[in-house]
Amino acid sequence: MDRDAFIAGLPELPAGCILSEEAELRPYECDGLSAYRRLPWLVLLPETVEQVRDILRYCHRQGVAVVARGAGTGLSGGALPLDNGVLLSLAKFNAILDIDVDNRLARVQPGVRNLAITEAVAEHGLYYAPDPSSQIACSIGGNVAENAGGVHCLKYGLTVHNIAELKLVTIDGELLSVGCRALDSPGYDLLALLTGSEGLLGVIVEVTVRLLPVPEQAQVVLAAFDAVETAGQAVAAVISQGILPAGLELMDRLAVRAAEDFVHAGYPLDADAILLCELDGERHEVEIQIERVSKLLQEAGAREVRRARDPAERARFWAGRKAAFPAVGRLSPDYYCMDGTIPRKHLGKVLATIANWSEEYGLPVANVFHAGDGNLHPLILYDANKPGELERTEEFGARILELCIAVGGTITGEHGVGMEKINQMCMQFNEAELQQFHAIKQAFDPDGLLNPGKAIPTLARCAEFGRMHVHGGELPFPELERF
Amino acid sequence: MAGRDLTSEFAARIRDAAAAGEPLSIVGGGSKSFYGNPCQARQTLDTSPHNGIVDYEPSELVVRARSGTPLAEVESLLAEHGQMLAFEPPHFGARATLGGAIAAGLSGPRRPWQGAARDFVLGVGLVNGRGETLRFGGQVMKNVAGYDVSRLMAGALGTLGLMTEVSLKVLPQPACEYTLKQVCDQAEALRRFSDWQARALPLSAACWHDGHLYLRLSGEEHSLRHAQHRLGDGLLEALPDWWRQLRDHQHPFFQRSEPLWRLSVPPATPPLALDGDWFIDWGGAQRWLYTAARPEQVRALAASVGGHATLFRNAPPEVPVFQPLPASLLALQRRIRHAMDPAGILNPGRLHEEL
Repeated sequence: MDRDAFIAGLPELPAGCILSEEAELRPYECDGLSAYRRLPWLVLLPETVEQVRDILRYCHRQGVAVVARGAGTGLSGGALPLDNGVLLSLAKFNAILDIDVDNRLARVQPGVRNLAITEAVAEHGLYYAPDPSSQIACSIGGNVAENAGGVHCLKYGLTVHNIAELKLVTIDGELLSVGCRALDSPGYDLLALLTGSEGLLGVIVEVTVRLLPVPEQAQVVLAAFDAVETAGQAVAAVISQGILPAGLELMDRLAVRAAEDFVHAGYPLDADAILLCELDGERHEVEIQIERVSKLLQEAGAREVRRARDPAERARFWAGRKAAFPAVGRLSPDYYCMDGTIPRKHLGKVLATIANWSEEYGLPVANVFHAGDGNLHPLILYDANKPGELERTEEFGARILELCIAVGGTITGEHGVGMEKINQMCMQFNEAELQQFHAIKQAFDPDGLLNPGKAIPTLARCAEFGRMHVHGGELPFPELERF
Repeated sequence: MAGRDLTSEFAARIRDAAAAGEPLSIVGGGSKSFYGNPCQARQTLDTSPHNGIVDYEPSELVVRARSGTPLAEVESLLAEHGQMLAFEPPHFGARATLGGAIAAGLSGPRRPWQGAARDFVLGVGLVNGRGETLRFGGQVMKNVAGYDVSRLMAGALGTLGLMTEVSLKVLPQPACEYTLKQVCDQAEALRRFSDWQARALPLSAACWHDGHLYLRLSGEEHSLRHAQHRLGDGLLEALPDWWRQLRDHQHPFFQRSEPLWRLSVPPATPPLALDGDWFIDWGGAQRWLYTAARPEQVRALAASVGGHATLFRNAPPEVPVFQPLPASLLALQRRIRHAMDPAGILNPGRLHEEL
């Protein structure tokens, strides 16, 4: 397709909505996974739903593929552009359309930032619960596309649990409304199917989110452990005693040191792991449960259990956790953030294996993760300027994901498959399951024009990947029990 | 754990049915056979012999069981460990199964605070309409690999595949539950529900019927006593039977033989202008109604406030059970149905005449 001819035939768009010069395209060459870059063919920045419909209709007619992009903070390369397709930025859709306090709903455009929703409804004592660590910058449309999580998922769920209605434009330009302002809708639950579909099924142009009342009180306890495994067991001990923490986060020694150097959170530097356990709700309920949790953590082998004395100390405890990624980033020129989820009971085994591999590859790993959910975020430290180091990092990362599958978990808890984990999809799903995904994709986008090459691998790609990874008929990790 | 795995028999049966173009009616305990449109199939596939809890570890907050497992069996095992299915699935009969609960996707009084059946689905094993055995999701809390086919199964009434296994997130039971009863009319009850739901209160159910509102509080005893002061008049009582009767439609209100409407609307919607007998649940979001009004009138009113209406029980034969979908959405849903069951042999017609 000739780009100039394509641009000439575009539906009418306001000035500045078509970017085609290299200098204008450059900022769109990657999303939050900056190891993967590709200069887009063309960037379009529509301002109205009608323009989105016209663009998609036109692309559909011309057989040109489309990648939708929100704030570009995704960590799996889901918004990596194409060198022969349109990058459709929803950045200009940044209005909060309606706040319905009585029904606790907010109707917003997809480019609205996650945190901006909470800020807009705070005066009513409400908030939007999912809080990915990028919440200052990430957009709600992207959150829906990736089914974003955060630190409060165990109690408050992911994006899919906190939205009521979506408006999307299909590849043939049709505007559909899915879900409703009530608690359920007739027919199939397309709200669930679309959430986390990574831009492969439609372009989201409006989101109605559910809001929750701000809890009366939140309290946090910090527990220090001499071994990561003991901290892992303490997580199980808390949960099996009938306590559902709002957040339960684990950081290992390297992450604790990095965070402490960076923000001076007051973490104990000689601990091998710390747990942050937050409880929220009615004031008396929180008081009672904080006592119980402190006792449980001590019984589970914590060397020290510290309760935040005031809101300022609580904020400091969390500041360390929230700054952990950039803090680790200061230790090394580059880092690679992984995102597998495992059954919590395998935490000890999986962390020990990662530590062994870290030595084997000579690449340090910091672990900062959502322990309550079993959602791991190993951060592999590397230097992209050293020849071969990125490749070794990717190989190490791939082995971690494969280990997650082997213990009954998944290759992605909240970051999505995107471009990054496309090969590991071939290990998590068999041929018939992948075919089923493709059949669903066909129901929405028969020509495969929306975000091609992401999220769901073709069978041909898996066949190629299979040849690469199965040596002499041996599965990876023959030593591991299969579940 | 005990039980029988008939997955490969079911897969073979569905492959044969697909080849012959012979539709199948999928039945678990049969306790919800009154619900939904009539199934256009002569052959029945009974899932109840395919049962047993496969995996349950309280500290993982996950239970995994075969679809034919009695709901009561799952819930009693959870209760032994102080846990529960927090969406409070209705038991419309003693034989209700786990698969049936998820296929119907119905939730009890706790729904507005803890979530619906679909919110607790972590993974499924299923046989699609081609007779292929597939797995989606898993046994972990967070999983975004591939499209969310497992949640799509909730409420699909078996028209997208035969679920063989379901993994659900479970939650701890509250330490204590009390009910607060107040005298007021429907409009006032809806105003109070709306006000209370916008505040951080330990609520877990709110309904209104016949001049009384009922509020369930869940949590630590001390915390409930404190919350009571913020809720106005009324004594705290333990009334577990009241909520069980509501959940399972054992309350006399649900025993009538006339068509029973279920209106699902935004919870703060003021009383709807339809004459009849109302029972409000879900803090205003689920409203049961007996009325002489015409079905089109009920549906138009529900749609006008952003909701929809279902003929839950005793639907007249000529009226579709569920609110009709707009044409473009129906067309998309048909294509999704075709993607899962190309021959259209699984529970045809049950969800929608054309699905």
